[in-house]
Parts: sequence; structure tokens; C-alpha cells
Amino acid sequence: MESLHVTKYFHDPVTIKILNNINFSLYESEFVSIIGKSGCGKSTLLYILSTMDTDYEGDIVIDGVSMKGKSEKILARVRNEKIGFVFQFHYLLNEFSVLKNVMLPGLKLGLYSEKEIEHRAYEKLKILGIENEALKMPNQLSGGQKQRVAIARALINDPLLIMGDEPTGNLDKKNSEIVFDIFQELAQEFKQTLLIVTHDNEFAARTTRIIEMEDGQIIRM
Amino acid sequence: MKNKLIFQIAISLLLARWKQTLVAAIGVTFSITMFVTLLSFMTGLNDLLDGLILNRTAHVRLFKELSISKNQPADVYYKNTKGHNFIRSVKPKNERLDISNSGAIISTLQKDARVLGVAPKITAQVFYNVGSIDLTGVINGIEPLEENRLFKFNDYVTAGNFLDLKNIPNSVILGKGLAEKMMVTIGDVVQVTTSKGERLSLKVVGFFQSGLQDIDKVQSYASIKTTQKLLGASANYITDIQIKLKDILGAPAAAKEFESFYEVDAIDIQTANSQFETGSSVRSLISYAVGITLLIVAGFGIYNILNMMIYEKMDSIAILKAVGFSGGDVNKIFISIALSIGFFGGAMGLLGGLGLSSLIDQIPFNTDSLPTVKTYPINYNPNFYIIGGIFSIITTYFAGYFPARKASSIDPVIIIRGK
Repeated sequence: MESLHVTKYFHDPVTIKILNNINFSLYESEFVSIIGKSGCGKSTLLYILSTMDTDYEGDIVIDGVSMKGKSEKILARVRNEKIGFVFQFHYLLNEFSVLKNVMLPGLKLGLYSEKEIEHRAYEKLKILGIENEALKMPNQLSGGQKQRVAIARALINDPLLIMGDEPTGNLDKKNSEIVFDIFQELAQEFKQTLLIVTHDNEFAARTTRIIEMEDGQIIRM
Repeated sequence: MKNKLIFQIAISLLLARWKQTLVAAIGVTFSITMFVTLLSFMTGLNDLLDGLILNRTAHVRLFKELSISKNQPADVYYKNTKGHNFIRSVKPKNERLDISNSGAIISTLQKDARVLGVAPKITAQVFYNVGSIDLTGVINGIEPLEENRLFKFNDYVTAGNFLDLKNIPNSVILGKGLAEKMMVTIGDVVQVTTSKGERLSLKVVGFFQSGLQDIDKVQSYASIKTTQKLLGASANYITDIQIKLKDILGAPAAAKEFESFYEVDAIDIQTANSQFETGSSVRSLISYAVGITLLIVAGFGIYNILNMMIYEKMDSIAILKAVGFSGGDVNKIFISIALSIGFFGGAMGLLGGLGLSSLIDQIPFNTDSLPTVKTYPINYNPNFYIIGGIFSIITTYFAGYFPARKASSIDPVIIIRGK
């Protein structure tokens, strides 16, 4: 994955250049963290990289394919297939069971039969140690468990890249530790590429590569 | 596969808010129920009122009208001079009232492919002699069997058997009002005098009630033969030929054609009873307008509920988009929600409409003017159900369309970052 000359402006209330000519590449099985002060544009960059935000200048290349000017439908497909997302807040759908939540992106991709997807979802939950909670509803789980379900959901389609926007931001020390261990395990054992935005320097220090941002620019990578 | 998933999500969202869903569906059910019931009842009533006149009236009536001669001698004589002839106080000439060559006309008409049936009729002005006073009235000479086949004569005979007209010589069926005035019952004999002074005794074999009191007070029915005898006329004396067509809409054209072809006067039902046509079409229009208004109101209800649902489910929509559902998918989810409300609400509404209208059908409705009607009239036309069904789907589709479009255009970044 590459980011080429990405520049973004916020127009409301006045035009501000929030990202200024960001260039970097991310290689397979890297565990990268982006750190920086609040408001330096790190989350904004992540959302641009995730293809959800399309209002920018420059280009994003994922898996050798340029994302610039692609239709909303194609971008949705890219997110579904190649990117797993973990947010600060878990964002599980309360109408569905834990298992169904994990299965949803898989069902949407439609690569496997429903039975197989269910089986894969169980496997992912097992990796995260919460397979016993599979049939519960999300609101019956603790915060840490919910975040782990969200990670399982991110993993279901075996994405090229997992992105996290402060995934431990809402968790206490113990749960943060668990989530970090999971990321580390994914990186080391499953060679999963990870790109995590965080303001927790301790967390960042344990990743393989740190990108530090300030005022919309990368100052260290 | 994909549509199944979208449908599953839609159902889950629906069930998560089942109370709101129920309210929305009940709105649709109520409006469809009222729509169907209103139309069934209105149309039933229309049919009843129209039937009062239309069932008994010939589609085309051939008759002969006494009028002044169209070729006045003065016009013929001064044909070649310039200027106009003014002739005042012209009187109609003394002509026979019967249709000449009626037998041939009837047999030709019966062979006509457009004609359902032909019934001859004689109208005779008479006096009913009651003691020392005379009541004016009209005796209609009819052929009972044909009259019943074409104009449901038996429906209006409230006492006695209409076939006795044919089987008993010199018999008469009196209007109910007339019979009460003369204080006679079935089996009694009444004396009638024609305008030319001939007298005849007629045996009362039944009463009829047309629903129009003025008619019941003066009219009575006898067979053609009895009437001819009364008038002292020959066996081919017929004053009216009533024609019932297979297609009522062809009446005006047929009337014109018969008029010139048989050289008689002809009037079609549309010209004779134009007020009924107008009345029933305006009544249907009003019931459709009310029904459709009900549906549109229900549509706004669905629109509101879906809009609220979208505000509540912003997060879910955002996350669905983040994990790879496109705007089109989200759109489909909300359209399916709206359509399922419309479908189930509509189906219940159609059943409700059927139930309510059959309930109305059981309510007693007795009126002197309508002897054959015992309960409120309902028309179970399947078209109302089809229109109601289609309309419930269309309204809910549009009610869902705008909220769905709004949901599909939600920007997940704004929602997710807003937390």
C-alpha cells in the first residue's frame, strides 16, 4: 500500500490544509503505528487510506490498484475484501448476535457459503478467545470483549490490511494489553499487516515501525 | 445470496423496532381496509340505485310520437319561391299510435347480433272505476316472460305470481299504491274504462312495487293480448318496442340506426337517463379520492417512522458502509423495510376490507321502495382489491424512497469520527 502526495483540506469553517503532501508505503506483514498530537491529521489520514473519505488530492494505491476516482461501489468492495477496520468504539450491530456480526462482511463478500463463513467466524473468535460468547448479543458483552469481536469481524475476510483508529482508546489498561497482544500475535504468527493510529506512545513503541506526524506532515518514519 | 443478506438485515432492523413497525403497518392496514370497504359499499349502493332505473329501462326504445307533419303543404307548394313560409298553430294529424309493421321489426331485431332481447309493449290510458269515481291510470301490456328475462319484472312483483298474467285471461297486476287506493286484494275484480269508452273487468292476480311511489299509484300490468282486447285493437297493435342490447354503451349508435332504418322514433338509455350516469361516476370519484387520501396519509406515517429509524440507526448504517456495504445496499435495505411494511400491512388491509364489507353486507336494510333488498348492498369487485394492493405497495415504496436515499448517502467518516 502506498500513499502518494496526499493532501487534504478542511473547508468548514475556513479552508485549512490538514494533510500536506503525505508520502509513505506500507509493506506486507508490517506492524505500523501512526502517532502524533491530537489534531495533527493522523485519523484523517487513516480514513483517507481506508477509502471511506474520498475528498483529497493525490492518490492511494492498495495492492497495486489506484483508488483515485473509483466509484463508491468499487470502494465499498475494496473495503469489504482488502481492509479490516477496528474503531475506537466497537460499532457492533446490536440487532445481531456476536457470530452474525462477525459473519456480516463475509456474507457481503459472498466468497464462501453461509456454513463455511460461520465456521470461519468461529475460528476467528477462537483466535481471540471469545468463541464461547458467539451466540450472545453484543450488549451482553464487556467493553474488552466487544472490541475483540470487532477485531474478529475485521479478520473475517482475511484482509490484506487491518486498520485501527485508536482501538485501545476506550479500554482500561488490562483490556488494552489484551488487544495489543492480539495485534502482536496477528502480526507475528499470521503475518498480518497492521496500521494502527494511536496516541499511546507505549503502545507505539512496541510496534515494528512508527510513523510520527505533526501539523499534517510526517516528521519521522 | 446478496439479496437474502440484505433482506435479513432489513428484517432484523424491523424486528428491533417492532412496535414502530406495527404502528406503521396498522396505518397501512387501516387505510387499505377503509379503501376497500368504502369502494365496495359505494359501488354496491351505486349499482343498487342505477339498477332501480337501468334494470327496468330498455337500452333502446322504439315508439311513435304524435307530431306535426314534417312536410307542410305550404312548403311543398312554394318550394321554388324565395323567402320564408311562416305557418302558425299547426296541429298534429290524426295518426295511429301503434308502430306499423311491428311484427317484422321485432323478428328482424331478434336476429340482430347486438341485441340481447326484444320485448313489445302497449301503453293504454285507462280509468279505474271505483264505485262512483274514476281514477286515471295506465295499463302496460307486456309479454310477462320476456319482460322478466330482460327487465327482472318478477323482482318488483311483491304479491302473487307474475306468470298468472299469461295463464289467466283478463288478469292484471296492480301497483301497490293503486291497489291500496282501490282497496282490492288478490282475486278481486276491477273495472276499467278506456279513453274511448270501452269497459272491461280484470281479475287482480298480483301487486307490484317499483320503488317510485308515483308510478305505483297509477300503473298496472296486463298481458299484451288483454291490453289489445281492452283497446279493441288487432293482434299486431304494439306501441313500444323495448330492446336490450348486449353492450349498453352501443345504445346511442343503435338508437340512431334503428330510427332511420325502421322509420320510427327511438331513444337510448343514456339520453333518457343521463342524470344517473353523472351521479354514479361522481360518487365513484369521491370514494376513490377519499381512499387514496387515506393511503397517502398512511404513506406519510411510514415516511416518518423510517426517517426516525434512520436517525436511530446512523451508527449501524455507518458501520455497514465501513465494512463494505455500498450506498446501493443500504438503499435496498431501507426500501425492503418500507416494502415489507407495505406488503404485510396491505395484505392485512385487504383481509380487513373483505371482513368489514361482508359485515356491512349482513346489516339489515329494509325499505319500502326496494322490495328485493334486505341488507346493505356491497359490490365484491376484485378490482378494488387489486387496486388497493398495488397502491399499498406503491405508496410505501415512495414513503421509503426518500429516507432510503438519505440513508444511502450517509458519510460513515462523519458518524464514526463524531464519537
